Amino acid sequence: MATIAGVLVRPSGEYAGIWSWVYTVDHKRIGVLYGITAFMVFLVAGVEAGVMRAQLATAESTLVSPDVFNQMFTMHATAMVFMVIMPLSAAFFNLLIPLAIGARDVAFPRLNAFSYWVFLFGTLTFHSSFLVNQLPDAGWFAYASLTEKPYSLGAGLDFWSVSLLVLGVSSVAAALNFVVTIINMRAPGLSLMRLPVFTWMTLITSILLVLAFPVITVGLVELTMDRNFGTHFFMPEGGGDPLLWQHLFWVFGHPEVYILILPPMGVVSEVLPTFSRKPLFGYPFIVFSGLVIGIMSWAVWSHHMFTVGLGPVANSVFTITTMLIAVPTGVKIFNWIGTLWGGSIEFTTSMLFAIGFVALFIVGGLSGVSHAVAPSDAQQQDTYYVVAHIHYVLFGGSIFGIFAGIYYWGPKFTGRLFGERLGKLNFWLMFVGMNLTFFPMHFVGMNGMPRRVYTYPADLGFEIYNVISSLGYVVLFIGIAVFIVNYLRTMRKEPDAGHDPWDAPGLEWSISSPPPAYNFAEIPVVEGRDQYWIVKQRAEAAGEPIPPAEAHVDPSTIHMPSPSFWPLVVAFGVAILGAGILTHVGLSFVGGVIAFIGAVGWANEPAAAEATHH
Amino acid sequence: MAHAVEPGHAAEATTTGLNHRKLLMWVFLGSDCLFFGALIATYMVYRGQSLNGPYPNDIIDVPITTISTFVLLCSSFAMVQALAATNANNQRGIKIWLLATIIMGSIFIAFQIYEFNTFKNEGLTLGTNLFGASFFTLTGFHGAHVTLGIIWLLGLYIISFKGRLGPATALDVELAGLYWHFVDIVWIVIFTLLYLIAGFDVGPAPNPGG
Repeated sequence: MATIAGVLVRPSGEYAGIWSWVYTVDHKRIGVLYGITAFMVFLVAGVEAGVMRAQLATAESTLVSPDVFNQMFTMHATAMVFMVIMPLSAAFFNLLIPLAIGARDVAFPRLNAFSYWVFLFGTLTFHSSFLVNQLPDAGWFAYASLTEKPYSLGAGLDFWSVSLLVLGVSSVAAALNFVVTIINMRAPGLSLMRLPVFTWMTLITSILLVLAFPVITVGLVELTMDRNFGTHFFMPEGGGDPLLWQHLFWVFGHPEVYILILPPMGVVSEVLPTFSRKPLFGYPFIVFSGLVIGIMSWAVWSHHMFTVGLGPVANSVFTITTMLIAVPTGVKIFNWIGTLWGGSIEFTTSMLFAIGFVALFIVGGLSGVSHAVAPSDAQQQDTYYVVAHIHYVLFGGSIFGIFAGIYYWGPKFTGRLFGERLGKLNFWLMFVGMNLTFFPMHFVGMNGMPRRVYTYPADLGFEIYNVISSLGYVVLFIGIAVFIVNYLRTMRKEPDAGHDPWDAPGLEWSISSPPPAYNFAEIPVVEGRDQYWIVKQRAEAAGEPIPPAEAHVDPSTIHMPSPSFWPLVVAFGVAILGAGILTHVGLSFVGGVIAFIGAVGWANEPAAAEATHH
Repeated sequence: MAHAVEPGHAAEATTTGLNHRKLLMWVFLGSDCLFFGALIATYMVYRGQSLNGPYPNDIIDVPITTISTFVLLCSSFAMVQALAATNANNQRGIKIWLLATIIMGSIFIAFQIYEFNTFKNEGLTLGTNLFGASFFTLTGFHGAHVTLGIIWLLGLYIISFKGRLGPATALDVELAGLYWHFVDIVWIVIFTLLYLIAGFDVGPAPNPGG
């Protein structure tokens, strides 16, 4: 039964070579694939930001045309949101969740591989717009009716909507997987209120993803139909209402903002206690604030639309809900500070990034509250003040949180400690560069400089702020370069991390670095929060040595999900289906057939090959 | 050779006691609720906003669709019977009831094709007006869901001849059933809103946007 009808024979489970990455269903490898792919896009989108900063460095610059500038901010923002921060978080979900809950893999390993491949193909579809020079240029929230065919003639917006539809498939599939994994695969004793906070935030984020993506999917389908099949959903000429797009986009878009920030909040909630040498302060408050944020994120979307004229009632309601959602966020910040308070703090690179996260997120959070107020927002709408806000929460927040995670969990998955000297240089360059780039945007925005405009007149006093921002970009760029150098140098040295370099509380630190394919030889039994601290403290109290990492066992004695090609086949079919919308409907049909064949093969292939290997 | 080893079956211990695949299906259906919710919201927002005809009252045929709705609802009964037969290891019953579900689902789709064709002949297409755009998009996606369900059930029907369906693999049938019932329930909402309530709308609303 193990070999199935079809051209693809189940690959053998060997753990080496390039092909083993293609058919892998190991959550750790998929996590690495997510991380590397997303980091590549991070560099590309960073360069796009560089084009904008170069253009804006001088007044009335003609370095790039207005068209190119529009394309750059659209590509930059869309990629950073959907193809960098989300998949970098997904990389951590993949790497960590099974380890954090004491499981051997996710609930659906093949679905997990499928999610990655669809993500990769969606990203390639998006960036292939470069190859045909048909780049989207309507901003990341793509307001109708600017996005409609009469106003955006090229295929750029089709690339945008189709690739986001494809990426949506990936996100929902991955999120479904993690919801089931976290709810259903916890080690014995690991009740919900003992879950590590990162796991909690992953659960909330995944639920938000599952519920929010269908809404944007409908918006994108309607946009695609407007552009290609003659409907008038968002076109006033046919009676349509451009405002419906804004509602659909932001009903998705605001939960999405929390999808971007909750996982890094989870990372920070694990890094701060470890390097403060004390348990997280107010664990239940942090967890419940996360839940409240997740629920309330559905009730604030119209604060993106204060200036469209929804009327005083709607604006007042959304002002109030938006100010309220700052409360659970504030609760978290006070609990993080409470965690630091009285701790014996160790300023590792990871800790610096985590503290940087808290500091910068406070700035971004406060500017957020300032445009929760509808009349105040009317002054800030579409100015650089908003650009400053979004970068304080998404760069100072999300990206700093992710870097804290890379330095914290990097040793677990590479077996090597990242260079601390270069790491600290990396942090300070990014911290200084980030503030230099984005802090002046508050002022230039309040002075009236509009966002998404390719240049500005010399006599308005905007230039000095823009020069500082562009210099800050250079500092940031060097900071990222230092990170890459640090990473490459780390990977060239011998493994030196040991299994528990930080004396950390999580289950993932009780096994070797890097973890074996099966994660836990013996599924741990959990007695409380911070289980590995409990184990170590008990040994210490009894005067025994700290137990070493779990010894490796013969992998063939542990029944693991077998590798499979089918997820790749189905993902390829989905990608071709999407490409068909961009080219010819016939191609969509071919894609559908490929996906169908893949799905049949998938369904007929047992998740794990029979115990006797051949 | 009774059936392949299907991991994820009842024997596997899970934290909640609920099977992984079943939990996945429930969460997915939650996701699909939002999908149809957004499509239905689009329809309701644009109700009475079409600038030109045909309007719903001109072409919506409630009696005909009542018949196809009845058939679809009956298919849910057949689906329940198919699952019961699977649990009872009644091999003949499995085949009969699966086939009955498939046939009734196909009849529903046939009615929909007929309806779409008639509407097209009467001058309503995607591009005619907002009614056409939102009607075809919503019911089209529902039809696609039913079609996918039929393909899924066909797959089960085929493997039932290999004797691979029975109490040990009842979950395979149950999951298809969950999906099938969900798609049915969505149709009840669509039928109520688009046919029974909005089906008699004539012309644009007197106060557009009001």
